[in-house]
Amino acid sequence: MPKPHDMGGLPNNEAIEQSDHQLMDWEMRMDALHQVLGQKGIRKTDEMRRAMEGLKPDLYKSLSYYERWTAALEILVVEKGILTSEEIDRKVVQLDQGRR
Amino acid sequence: MAQSNKYRPGDQVRVRVDSPSGHYRTPTYIQGKTGLVVASCGRFRNPESLAHGGSGLPEQPLYRVEFTQRSVWDRYQGPSGDKILVDIYEHWLDPVAFRR
Repeated sequence: MPKPHDMGGLPNNEAIEQSDHQLMDWEMRMDALHQVLGQKGIRKTDEMRRAMEGLKPDLYKSLSYYERWTAALEILVVEKGILTSEEIDRKVVQLDQGRR
Repeated sequence: MAQSNKYRPGDQVRVRVDSPSGHYRTPTYIQGKTGLVVASCGRFRNPESLAHGGSGLPEQPLYRVEFTQRSVWDRYQGPSGDKILVDIYEHWLDPVAFRR
């Protein structure tokens, strides 16, 4: 059973979106964070791919490009014991409250 | 220790059919297909090990393998001479015929 990313040759009747996507701030920050963690030897490209490919197919398909990166990076930093899911969730709530 | 490559350009190979858990870089659409080795791309750390925090060693030979589009896609409508090139690691290839 192919994983969700392995879609070469699957039937598809939807038009392919070919217009350029204007990057949002959070996407650029995610890219930067990803690069920094790579330079520090904390994550490798193949680990990112493995983490993304391991997402549940429905979730994988519902996420945008950098949302997948975000999900993968969270999986890896938790796996490596750098942060816990609780710490991340707590911070998200905190940031969310600060915005209101 | 210098290791030698199993295949050379001109050798005919068949791609293994497999779906190991974890990360691998041999797409489903090319598995089971027979093609021709056209180039050695060098040796690289094994992404299947790197994806899980491993060293990726020993490095694996990577080959550029040529397939006719018609052998890959049942309903391919283009010219019969159209080819598709896929880079595939040695451990995903079985020999069909060695160039004499």
